[in-house]
Amino acid sequence: MTRVMRLDWKGWLIAALLTVAILLPLVNVAVWSFTEVWRYPAVIPQKFGFRFWGDVLGRRDVRDAVMTSLSLAAIVTALSALICLPASYAFARMNFPGRNLFFMSFLTVYAFPKFGLYITIATIFIGLGLIGNFWGVVLIQLVSTLMFMVWIPVSAFQNVDRRQEEAARDVGASPLRVFWSITMPQVLPAITAAVLLTFVNTFYETEVAWLIGAPEVRTVPLLMIRFINSELIVQYGAILSLIMWVPSFLLLIVARRFLGAQALGRAFA
Amino acid sequence: MAELEIRNLSRVFGATRAVNDVSISVAHGELLCLLGPSGSGKSTVLRMLGGFERPDSGSILIDGKDVTNLPPERRPTGMVFQSHALWSHMDVFSNVAFGLKLRRLPRQDIRQRTEAALDMVGLAGFGPRRPTKLSGGQQQRVALARSLVLEPKILLLDEPFASLDQHLRERMREEVREIQQRAGITMVFVTHGQDEALALADRIAVMRDGRLEQVDKPDAVYRRPRTAFVAGFIGQMNLIDGEVRAGSLNAAGVTVAVALADGPATLAMRPEDIGLQRASGADAATVHRVIDFGTHLSVELQASGGTRLKATAQPGSGWTAGMQAHLHPRKFAVYRDGTLCGLPLAPGRADLPLSLQSLVTDQAPASRDHLASNHS
Repeated sequence: MTRVMRLDWKGWLIAALLTVAILLPLVNVAVWSFTEVWRYPAVIPQKFGFRFWGDVLGRRDVRDAVMTSLSLAAIVTALSALICLPASYAFARMNFPGRNLFFMSFLTVYAFPKFGLYITIATIFIGLGLIGNFWGVVLIQLVSTLMFMVWIPVSAFQNVDRRQEEAARDVGASPLRVFWSITMPQVLPAITAAVLLTFVNTFYETEVAWLIGAPEVRTVPLLMIRFINSELIVQYGAILSLIMWVPSFLLLIVARRFLGAQALGRAFA
Repeated sequence: MAELEIRNLSRVFGATRAVNDVSISVAHGELLCLLGPSGSGKSTVLRMLGGFERPDSGSILIDGKDVTNLPPERRPTGMVFQSHALWSHMDVFSNVAFGLKLRRLPRQDIRQRTEAALDMVGLAGFGPRRPTKLSGGQQQRVALARSLVLEPKILLLDEPFASLDQHLRERMREEVREIQQRAGITMVFVTHGQDEALALADRIAVMRDGRLEQVDKPDAVYRRPRTAFVAGFIGQMNLIDGEVRAGSLNAAGVTVAVALADGPATLAMRPEDIGLQRASGADAATVHRVIDFGTHLSVELQASGGTRLKATAQPGSGWTAGMQAHLHPRKFAVYRDGTLCGLPLAPGRADLPLSLQSLVTDQAPASRDHLASNHS
């Protein structure tokens, strides 16, 4: 009995700490976005309202930034899937010279200070006229998605039991049919997870977008930085922040519906 | 029903010849067991029959038609895998029905045949369940139904009962045998369990290092093993190295008359074929340990030269550790360079040279029950 009590107590403590650390800042941001007047030392705002929402959504630069961010994330994710998924199948299933070396090379993007790498790429981009160019940003974002889009599906493809595929051949399925009916359904959770991560990461990515894209290509995070730095209106930052949560919430909900939490957890693991 | 013929089949993996010049033919409706220790090449043979592995040389014929280069989906074979290999993202019904769907049969047919197949393996009503929610034996039966529903000409089974417990294994064995006889399917069954092979097979092909050692009926493999390897691998066997001098072989204090030239030879005696007689003296063997199996006593002895061997005795015959005994082989066989040179025969057998028949010391054949009790 005492053991159960102590366990409970620990659980509550962890839950409380997590709440303070994760949820409170989010709640604070959410509250700020609906605040019209909030002066020290009041604990809750003096006046709530949608005035700033109207302001923010009415701005052309905000609408443009949302569009830019969404299309950037969508294009990068689609291209990444197109390149990486066949590659990950090859890595998982085929044997070719330099396979391991090539596979590990995807990790190098994360093995060195990223910013240094991007500066080097940026100098090359200057020569190619890709600085301040939407496609320049797409290209460099693509680099940072490689690891998720290759490593996660590779382990998924490797986890599919080869005997299950052979059993399907045995009952008369062609190799293509085996891939479609046996392999695909089993790797789908992992691939969905990879696509999800890629989309959300690209959507939130700030430093590279700034380095390569600024000032012509303006994404939502870049706009937010400008609002916070130069206009000093907290509500603008808060509202943009809330807007930025939307895609990841939506994707998570879709993924949960589609896959179930367990499969998703397995895929991420 | 179909006839299977394997001709000079070989497969090389790197430096090892996994399968080396194997030729067997399997008759209509026959159940052939490929038996051997792990790494003997038996699974590779089976995978080549199923089309999952290409032979480096040799050919495979089913009903006279060469299928050596056909992919698995175009062969009239069905394979039951050791790991069951059920599709975990489909329910039991879909697992069994998948092959029928590929054949574009009408829905009604698919439903009927799938249900009949599930019924045959005793899993009627299990259709909507997930394979992961089934027990090992049930999964095994789904795998069996999945292959049987397509009515393959030849059913291949790769150690299908390896993951089951003893009790279930015996029951599944009987079921498979029954289904095989009812449906009249030609079957090739891979196992490393000799009791499984003895219980199931019409014929056993014993493999070692990629080669066939002996292909014969179970009782022949047990009673007339052609090589020392087969003798040692199937059932319990005392294999004792000795020396032939002037027509008599002496091994571990046992002397038998043989018609062989002088030189080294191996004496092979089954524990149940050794008679024990109480004795004393320097040439007697010492009882090292006695285990009571209920039906018989297993007596472990140490011969005067230090060789260990096993004999069986009647329960209640009073053998205990420390006693001394003389060994009297009722039956034995002699091997030189691993191959048979003399063995006990049934009376009046004329298919072996007279020199070998003279080796026979006791001609009473052991009963089949006796054989079975020694394998569990």
